[in-house]
Amino acid sequence: MSTVLKEEKIINVTWHGRGGQGGVTAAMILAEAAYIDGYKGVTAAPFFGVERRGAPITATTRFSRTPIRTLTPTAKAEVVVVLDERLMQAVDILRGLKPDGLLILNSSSPPEKFCTDMDIAVATSDANSIAEEIGLVVAGTVLINTSLLGAFSRASGLVSMESLEKAISKNFNPKAAQLNIRGARLTYEATRINRVWQLSSPGV
Amino acid sequence: MGAKLSRVQVIAAYPITPQSKIPETLVKYVDSGELEAEFIRVESEHSALTVCISASTVGARVFTATAANGLAYMHEQLHWAAGARLPIVMALANRGLGAPWTIFNDMQDSISQRDTGWMQVYCRDNQEILDSILMGYKICEQIHVPMMVCFDGFVLSHTVMPVEIPEQKQVDRFLPSYVPHLQVDGPEPININPVMLAEPRDNARGVACPSYMGFRMRLQETLESAGEVIRRVGGEFGEIFGRDYECLLWEYRTEKADTILLTMGSLANEASLAVDMLREKGYKAGVIGLRVFRPFPAEKLRQALAGAKQVVIFDKNISYGYEGATCTETKAALFEGGLHPYIANYIVGLGGKNVVASDLEAATLEVLENKGRVNGPKWLGVAV
Repeated sequence: MSTVLKEEKIINVTWHGRGGQGGVTAAMILAEAAYIDGYKGVTAAPFFGVERRGAPITATTRFSRTPIRTLTPTAKAEVVVVLDERLMQAVDILRGLKPDGLLILNSSSPPEKFCTDMDIAVATSDANSIAEEIGLVVAGTVLINTSLLGAFSRASGLVSMESLEKAISKNFNPKAAQLNIRGARLTYEATRINRVWQLSSPGV
Repeated sequence: MGAKLSRVQVIAAYPITPQSKIPETLVKYVDSGELEAEFIRVESEHSALTVCISASTVGARVFTATAANGLAYMHEQLHWAAGARLPIVMALANRGLGAPWTIFNDMQDSISQRDTGWMQVYCRDNQEILDSILMGYKICEQIHVPMMVCFDGFVLSHTVMPVEIPEQKQVDRFLPSYVPHLQVDGPEPININPVMLAEPRDNARGVACPSYMGFRMRLQETLESAGEVIRRVGGEFGEIFGRDYECLLWEYRTEKADTILLTMGSLANEASLAVDMLREKGYKAGVIGLRVFRPFPAEKLRQALAGAKQVVIFDKNISYGYEGATCTETKAALFEGGLHPYIANYIVGLGGKNVVASDLEAATLEVLENKGRVNGPKWLGVAV
């Protein structure tokens, strides 16, 4: 079941990944899932720039119970998803996270490893191993973007797995969709959290 | 998608960021047979529009899309398309012009083509892009004037948001197939658009034809009355699809407002957030978003600004050596109505410079507090 949000509250999600990892696609599938979940306002956008394979990229998903009127890049997000934990050293990721936000990482380490003096909640899930194990690999690249949507659903409680699975199905052919859904489910199950995250000020 | 639903028959476009996705998508529709149209691959934007002009001249419903320098490269043919009175609809992903190079959003490209005789419509979100394309054909084919459907590059073109896609059957009811007023017929060749003289004369068939200026006057007269057609078609659209466009400009919280933020495109939505913030502080602020820039809705703007004490105009363009285009146009419209609100002009968002609601709010507060001290356009948030 998804958390009930107050009318105007916008959930900002920032995705950090590397070009080719599918962060932009994940941002868009999450937007679609949120729409299916009943949010009236949803947007997703890449950080407008010149993307290239391997370089750090960001993307944004926003959703709200009411239509969204802003299209500007997110400064501070409620939720940040990191597709490659090594980016934590390369990019000042925490700067773009609200002090009481939720950080979700693709990592085999426990969430405590990424806790800081900020009051953030941290979730980790080893999407890499899961994706590799089930054969979610294309041209030698392990695909973890859709799997991490499972971790998002588990850790945030904002979008249901059912809606996510519907959104994934819309974006892939039946066979690929099945595999991506399996990855998302297993990553959902494998998600570890340091504490339960709740939106501290749902009316803002 | 709008072009597909409009059942366009000929598409010619040359890829340019951030428009590339449009021809890429359309060529897939054509290849898969979902869209019965000819996609003509060309080597430049100039040729793209030339193909559209030729196909439209012989009676096809045509579509093209471009941005920035691509539109500038079409410039000569833009004049031709309007002068030849062809109902071409173009999607324009607004982007800044080089040099220096930018691929990002502003409106210098379309504003620079203001005087080509094309209608210009500006969209606040992606639903409006789709809807404006559908309405565009209906409007253009009634009055035989081409239209640019303008939308912010990247800001809208690369943002995913919910869009209601109407049923083809509904669209067919709203927009029947194009019946051209002129068809070129093999056995009966005609000479189209020959040289016009300064005075009227008979053509080769002995029919009296207007002078060059007479033709041009007709184009102006048509555009002068085009606003009414745009409104009427917008109303018809609303009846069928439930989204009403019977307006030339959008208004947000303008009732009893003495301070108006005026802008175009997606920035009009961002400005509505600034107005909410200003209202919370007790200011009587509202937003006007110009939906139609050509024909310029002078009369409607005068009505909407009748009670305004100050108008803060945000332009994503500038006429170098003077000020932003919507500022100049608004001042001219108000002069005719004898209205004299204080007008401030901010140049914003050139080359993709981010503009957030709090910037617009701060600029408006600056005007409210410093009234009278601001001379000429101000550049918002430029650290050189």
